[in-house]
Amino acid sequence: MTTPRYKRFLLAVLAWAIALIIFFPILWMALTGFKTETAAIADPSFLFSPTLESYVAVHARADYLKFALNSVVVAFGSTLLALLIAIPSAYSMAFLPTPRTKGTLLWMLSTKMLPPVGVLMPIYLLFRDTGLLDTLTGLIIVYTLMNLPIVVWMLYTFFKDLPRDILEAGRMDGASTLQEVRHLLLPLTLPGIASTGLLAVILSWNESFWSLNLTSSDAAPLTAYIASFSSPEGLFWAKLSAASTMAIAPILVFGWLTQKQMVRGLTFGAVK
Amino acid sequence: MTTPGSFPGSPPPTFAVNLMNKTRAYGRTVGGLRSLSLQAPAVTLLLLWMLVPLGMTLWFSFQRYNLLMPGMTGFAGLENYEYLLTDPALWSAMGVTLLLVGWVLIITVVGGTLLAVLFQQDFLGRGVARVLAISPFFVMPTVSALVWKNMMMHPANGVLAWLANLFGLPAVDWFSSLPLTSIVIIVAWQWLPFALLILLTAIQSLDDDQVEAARMDGAGPIAVFFFITLPHLKRAISVVIMIEMIFLLTIFAEIFVTTSGGPGLATTNLAYLIYIQALLDFDVGTASAGGVIAIILANIVAIFLVRMVAKNLES
Amino acid sequence: MRLRHTLPVAGAMTFASLSANAETITVATVNNNDMVIMQSLTDAFEKAHPDITLDWVVLEENVLRQRMTTDIATQGGQFDVMTIGTYEVPIWAEREWLVPLEDLPEEYQVDDLLSSVRDGLSQNGALYALPFYGESSMMYYRQDLFDEAGIEMPEQPTWEQVRDWASQLHKPGEETYGICLRGKPGWGENMALVSTMVNTFGGRWFDEEWDPQLDSEAWQETVSFYVDLLDEYGPPGASSNGFNENLALFSRGNCAMWVDATSAAGKLYGADESKVADTLGFAPAPIAETPKGSHWLWSWALAIPTSSDSKEAAKEFITWATSQEYIELVGEQKGWTSVPPGTRESTYANENYQQAAPFAGFVLEAMKSADPTDSTLEPSPYNGVQFVGIPEFQSIGTQVGQMVAAALTGERSVEQALQAAQRSTERTMQRAGYMD
Repeated sequence: MTTPRYKRFLLAVLAWAIALIIFFPILWMALTGFKTETAAIADPSFLFSPTLESYVAVHARADYLKFALNSVVVAFGSTLLALLIAIPSAYSMAFLPTPRTKGTLLWMLSTKMLPPVGVLMPIYLLFRDTGLLDTLTGLIIVYTLMNLPIVVWMLYTFFKDLPRDILEAGRMDGASTLQEVRHLLLPLTLPGIASTGLLAVILSWNESFWSLNLTSSDAAPLTAYIASFSSPEGLFWAKLSAASTMAIAPILVFGWLTQKQMVRGLTFGAVK
Repeated sequence: MTTPGSFPGSPPPTFAVNLMNKTRAYGRTVGGLRSLSLQAPAVTLLLLWMLVPLGMTLWFSFQRYNLLMPGMTGFAGLENYEYLLTDPALWSAMGVTLLLVGWVLIITVVGGTLLAVLFQQDFLGRGVARVLAISPFFVMPTVSALVWKNMMMHPANGVLAWLANLFGLPAVDWFSSLPLTSIVIIVAWQWLPFALLILLTAIQSLDDDQVEAARMDGAGPIAVFFFITLPHLKRAISVVIMIEMIFLLTIFAEIFVTTSGGPGLATTNLAYLIYIQALLDFDVGTASAGGVIAIILANIVAIFLVRMVAKNLES
Repeated sequence: MRLRHTLPVAGAMTFASLSANAETITVATVNNNDMVIMQSLTDAFEKAHPDITLDWVVLEENVLRQRMTTDIATQGGQFDVMTIGTYEVPIWAEREWLVPLEDLPEEYQVDDLLSSVRDGLSQNGALYALPFYGESSMMYYRQDLFDEAGIEMPEQPTWEQVRDWASQLHKPGEETYGICLRGKPGWGENMALVSTMVNTFGGRWFDEEWDPQLDSEAWQETVSFYVDLLDEYGPPGASSNGFNENLALFSRGNCAMWVDATSAAGKLYGADESKVADTLGFAPAPIAETPKGSHWLWSWALAIPTSSDSKEAAKEFITWATSQEYIELVGEQKGWTSVPPGTRESTYANENYQQAAPFAGFVLEAMKSADPTDSTLEPSPYNGVQFVGIPEFQSIGTQVGQMVAAALTGERSVEQALQAAQRSTERTMQRAGYMD
C-alpha cells in the first residue's frame, strides 16, 4: 500500500512550508543584520544590497570573542560539574530506591519552579562576601545549581530503564561497584548522559537572568553582549540583529550537529 | 542592620533523616561501604545545593528588609506574606501563570504530535526541513523575544503588519490588543521545536508491521493515528509536559523584553510579579515571601499534575 | 636619525610599563548614542591618562538600572563609575552611597554647568554627580503640514490647540497621524509625559500629607484627554511606542506633532536618518491650566559609588567625560549635532554649536525654566517634574504607567485604571510608612 504520488508531493510541500515558517524569524534576523539601519525598519524585503556596516559597528563596540569564550567556559564547565554530582545521585536513586525517592525527586524538580528573582538578593550577598561576583567560577556554580534538578531527573528516568538483568549478572560475577560502573554502567548509560549534558549546555548558554545580574565585565557571557545592543535611543534593529546572530550562531550549529544524540537519551524509555 | 550574608546553612533535620533512610536501604540491598562512599557526598552536596538558597529565601521572607531603606530592618513575622496575599495583583498573576502554561502546553503538545507525524513521512530534503523546524529551541529567550517584538509583531514595521497590509487587513497591535496571546505565541514558538524533537524520535520507533497490519484490517490514517501512534507516544508526551512545565512556570525574559507585564496586569505572571517586588521596590523580604509562595504553588502543581504524568512515566 | 629611532622605543617601553601598572576602572553606562560615542573615545582618554585603563559595561537602560541598584545597595563594589539620572542622585546621596564631588579642579569650571541641572544632581548643597547630558521636553511639528493647513504656531501652544490641530492634520490613509506621544508603560516612558501633563492640568502625584491624588479630578481629566487624543489622532499601536518608536515614526514623517525630549532635536536634524530635517518646527511643550511643570528636566550623569576602590581614577575620568574639552573633542570628531547637550553654558555660547543646532537657544531656555522644586499648581511635598523624588517612585511609577497603558488600550476605562492605580499606590505608601 503506497501513498499516491500527488499526496506525497502535497505532504512534502506542507512539511517544507511549516519548517520554513517556523524558521523564518531566525532567517529574518540573520538577514536584517546585513541591512542598513534605515533599510531594517523599511517595508520587509528580501531584495537589498547587503552591507557589513552593522557588523563593523558591533565589532567596534564590544569584544565578541571575550563574551563568546565566557559563554563556552560557563556552559561546558557547569554541565560537567552538574553531571559529576548528578550521576552518582541518580544512580543511587534508580537502583536503590527508598519509599522517599520519588517524593525527593518531585520536590527537587519543584525547586526549579522558584523564580530566580526570588533568590537574587540572597545569592548576590553571598557572592559579594565570597568574592564570586563577576567570576566564571561563580557563574558555573549557579548554573550547576540551576540545572541540577533536571539533570538528576533525566538521568534517573534513564537509569531506571536500564536492563537490570545485565547488571545483576555482572554482580553475580563478583564485579566490584567500581567495576560495575566502569564496565557495565558507563557504556550502557553513555547515550543518556550525553543527551542530558547536551541539554544542560543549551540551557546554560541561553540563560539570561543570572548571567546579567551576577557579572559585570570579566565574566560576562553572550547574553550580556546582547543586552548592550537592545533598545537604546535611536535606530538599532540592524545592529541588534547582527549581534544576536553572532550570539546564537555557535549554539545553533552545536544544536544542529548534536540533535540526534540529544534525543536518543531523552526518549530512551519511550522508544524502548 | 543585621548582616544579611549569614544564614543557617545546614539542612533541616528531615532531610538528614531522609539521607539516612537511603543509606540504610542501600545497605540492605547491596551492602558494601565502597558504594556508600560513592553516593553519600553527591547526595549531600545535591541537597545542600538546593537547600542553601531556599533556606536563605525562607529566612528573608520573615524579615523586614528593603535595600533602599537601610535603617528599617528586623523580624517582620508574617507581614510580608500578608502584604503579598492581600495584593489583588497576586490572584491575577496566578491566573496569568496558569493560562500561559496551559496554552503553551496545549499548542506545543498538539502541534508537536501533528508535526512529528508529518515530518516522519518520507519527502525530499526531510533532514534539512527537520533541522530548520527544531532551530528555535536553540535560540536565547531574550533574542527570540526581541526578534518577535521588533521584527515580527511590531505594529508599524513588523513582518506580520506588512503581511496584513498586503491582504488589505488592518495591522494588529499585538502587544496592546492581544498581550497574553502574543506572549503565548512567542513561548510556543520556542518550545514547539522541543516537543517536535522528542516526539519525532519516539515516533520513529513505531513498529511498521503493526501499522501495516492495522491498515490491512481496514483502519484509515486517522484511526491509525488515534489507536496506534498516540498510545505509542504517551510516554514521550509525558516527558515533554514534565520538562516544559518546569520552565514555563517561571517564564520571565519574554515578558520583561516585550510587555513588561502589561498593559495593566494582563501579562504579569508570578515570576514577573516577584520581579516587580524584588527589583523595582527592592523589597527583599516581600520578594522572598513571593518566592516561597511560588514554591508552594509549584509543589501543589507537582502533586496534582506532575504525579499524574509521573505515573504515566512509570508504566 | 639613529638617535631618533631609539627614542620612541624607550617611550613605548615606559608607556608599556606604565599601562601594566595601570589602574582599571569599570564604567557602567547606558547604550544610548551619546554614551557609545564616549566609549569610542576611550583611546583619547587613555592616551591623556596612561595610568588609567577603562573597562566598559554597556547595557540597555532597564537592565543597567536594575544591575546598578542591586550592586550599590549591597555595596557590591562592581563598578567605579555609574551612569545615573536626576532621579537616583539625591536618593542615593542621602544613603551615602555616592562620593561627594568636592575640590573639582579649577579648569573644570563647575560654574559653567547649567544651574538647574546642577541643583538636580546635588543633595544638601554638595554635588554628587557630573552631568553627561541633559534634556527637557518640547514640541516638534511638521512645518510643511502646518503651512498647508494654514495653522500658525503661537509662541506658547496649549493642549486644547494641540488637539484641534491634530484633528485637522490626522490623515491615517496617508500614514500621517495627528500626534505621536509616548504610550509605552514605564516611569521613564509614558509617565514622564503624563506627569508633565498632569502638572500643567493642575494636578499632582501627592498632596502635602503624602496622600496619593491619582483618583483626583485633575488626573481624570488629564488621562482622559491623553487617551482620547491618542485614540483619535494617534498612530496605531500607540501604547507600545516609547521615545525610540516615536523618534522613528516622526523622523520618517508619520507624525504631524510630537511632544518629547529635547535631546531628539539633534537626531531629527541629522540628515542621514531623518526625512523631516528640512521641515522641522519646534515649540515649547503645550500647557493647560498652568505653565508650571509643563516640561521636564532630566540629566544622565556620572557618579562614583562609595564602594569603588579606585575613587581618584574614577574622578579623573568623570571630570574628563563631562568637561568642555570633551564636548569640543566630540564636536570636532563626530560633528556638532552629536555633542552631548544640556549641560554647560559654554556649549550654547559656542558658535559652531549654534550654527549646527538652530534649536540650541530654545533648548537652553526650556532647561533653565524647568523647576523641579516647584512643578505643581497646588503645593506638593516632593521634588521632581516628571517623577517624584522618593525611592518608592520607581515601582509606583511603573505600576501606574501600566494602568495608564491599560486605559490607552481600552483594557480598562480611565476611571477603573486610575482607581486601581490609586489603590496600589496607597498600598505602597502605607507599607513604606508615609501614611497610615
